[in-house]
This record gives sequence, C-alpha cells and structure tokens, in this order.
Amino acid sequence: MGIFSKLFTALRGAGNEMGESIIDTQSMRILDQELRDAKTHLDEAKENLTKVIAQQIGADRKVKKIKKAINEHETYAMQALDSGKEDLAVEISEKIADLENSLEADQMVLDGFNNSVSTLKQTIRNTEKNIQALEREINVIKTTEKVHQANEAAAARFSGSNSKLNSATSSLERIKRKQQEKTDRMAAALAMQKEEAGDDLQDKMREAGIIGSEASGNSVLERLKAKQKKKIKNKG
Amino acid sequence: MSQQNLEQLAMELNNATTEGDLSLSTEYHEGLSVITVTVLDREEFPIYITIDESQILCVTHLWREEEILAGKREELLDAMLIMNAPMPLSAFSKVGQQYILFGALFTEASVDEILEEVDTLSNNTLLAIEELSEFLHSESE
Repeated sequence: MGIFSKLFTALRGAGNEMGESIIDTQSMRILDQELRDAKTHLDEAKENLTKVIAQQIGADRKVKKIKKAINEHETYAMQALDSGKEDLAVEISEKIADLENSLEADQMVLDGFNNSVSTLKQTIRNTEKNIQALEREINVIKTTEKVHQANEAAAARFSGSNSKLNSATSSLERIKRKQQEKTDRMAAALAMQKEEAGDDLQDKMREAGIIGSEASGNSVLERLKAKQKKKIKNKG
Repeated sequence: MSQQNLEQLAMELNNATTEGDLSLSTEYHEGLSVITVTVLDREEFPIYITIDESQILCVTHLWREEEILAGKREELLDAMLIMNAPMPLSAFSKVGQQYILFGALFTEASVDEILEEVDTLSNNTLLAIEELSEFLHSESE
C-alpha cells in the first residue's frame, strides 16, 4: 500500500459527526509505526555501511599492496634479466604470476565491496527520502486535524448548536444581507447628510416643479429665444 | 516558521486591513498551533492559518457532505474540477465530510503576501459558494 493510499485511509475514516476527529486513529498509528520502522531500517543501513566501508578500505589496501609488489617484482625480474640471471628471472616471474592471481581475486572482492557501498548509500538515500515523505504527510494530517478542531470551536461559538444556521449557503446569504444592510445604511447616512445640507428640500421642490431645473446651455438658449419671440410680437 | 513566529504572525495580522479592504482580527490557538483569522462582515467563513515544515497553509471550510442536494453530487464535483484551474491561487479539497478551499505559501512568505492570500481566499470562498449554490441545500430547505 503506497503512502497516498495510507493517507487516504487515515483521512477518510472518520469525521462524520460534528466534534469527531477527522483522523482515523488506527491508520495514524500504522503510519507512525511505519515511520518508526523506516527510522530503524535507516539506522541499520547506516551501521551496515560503516562495516562494509571498513571492509572496503581493507580490501583496497590489500589490492594496492599486491599492485605495488607486482611493480617491485617486475623491476627485480628486469634487473635479473639485465644481469643475465635467467633462472632468477623465471622464479621472479612465477612469483609475479602468483601475485597477479591474488590481485584478480582480491580485486573481485574489492569490486564487490564497492558495489555494496554504493547500493547501501542508495538505500540510505531512499530511506531518508521515505522518512521525509512520511513525516511531511503525517504533518499534513495533523495540521488538517488542527484546522478541523479550530473550525469546530469557531462554528460552535458562532452559531451554537443550530446546524442549519451553519450551512454554507445560509452563511453566504447572511453575509450578503449584512453587506446590503451596510450599503443601505451608507445610503441613508448620505441622504441624511444631504437633507441636513438642504439639498433634499431643493430636490423635492425641483421634482414638484416649484423651482426650475438647473441652468444648462439649452435652457438658457430656450429662454433667450422665448424672450426674442415676445419682443417681435410686441413690436408687431 | 516556528510556533513562536505563528504567534507573532497572529499579532501582526490582528486589526490589519487587506488591499481589498477586508478588516481582520485574529485568535491564536496555542495548543493547536492554528491562527483563526476572522474577516469583518464575513465572520461565517474564518480563515485558518497553520504551518508545517514545508508550507504555510491557509484554509476555509466550505460545505459538508450532507449539504449537497440529493443526486447533484456528481455534477457538483465536476463543476468544482472545472472551477479549480481558473480560480486564482486557491484549490478545493475535502477532509472527512468537509469540503475546503485552501492556498499554500512558502514558509518564508512575508506578512504582506499572507494578507494577499487571506484576501484572495476569502473572496474565492464566497465566489465558490455563490457559483456552486445550485448544488447545495438553500437556507429555506
């Protein structure tokens, strides 16, 4: 079962009722146990790595020692050949052959240790990543639980035990009503302000036709035209 | 951000006003390591801020499973999936029976960035409920 499925199980199990934990405690216990197991696994892998590295150093030292001995004996063999001591050269060559056989065997051992070291290092890296992922995911669950508890506390304080008042749409409606009331209050305040300034009475009189509407280019022109007409009529 | 910093953040957000003119007040729940951010005139949808090692998480609660109209669940989920991408900076999720909206910030986010997140999340919460209310029980039902 992958981490994702485990988280899914841990989160979906509970939380059907108000006040109930949203975390499936059994699943959380399993996740916590897995985290502890992964940490134990990591400690073991690190201990193994230390042992294998010690063996690797030993094998490496041995391989280097044999290589050095082969080089030295090759020099000896050349010196024996140079001084015409063929028999000695043969004997040294046989020794070199033995050393080369040992080198081959020890090199294989060293290669094995090298592989083990890189495999163990990879295992440790993977285990560390797994632990980080598990810790992160457990954190997410615990965080979610915290938020859930905070919400329960806030919801209970806000609307008491009336769960109907608690629904998303009714809450939104309440917010809208509040906003509308606020807008209305602001409009009323503006109206009052206007009234205090006398604007309201002026508006009412203008609407009733008691006083004229505000002057505009057109109204002035109309007035002038009317005046002109009257003048012509009087002359006539 | 440590628990101590979370308490500090609660103080900094308290009485703050967002760019969108939302007035905030905060309450720090010490035992839970959660800040409840209450938005003036939107008290019904508080925003919860909490942190883990990798992120600052801002969450609002939308509706519960039982608020969905019978036979409308599939349509609602489809609409939520469609709405998830165009909705700026917030994502839908579900915890237990509770549908939530959340936004995440990196742990080094500034107070201004958190204020912006709170503003966006609060607006998105109202928008989401408004847009999806046709799938939910209304007040009168």
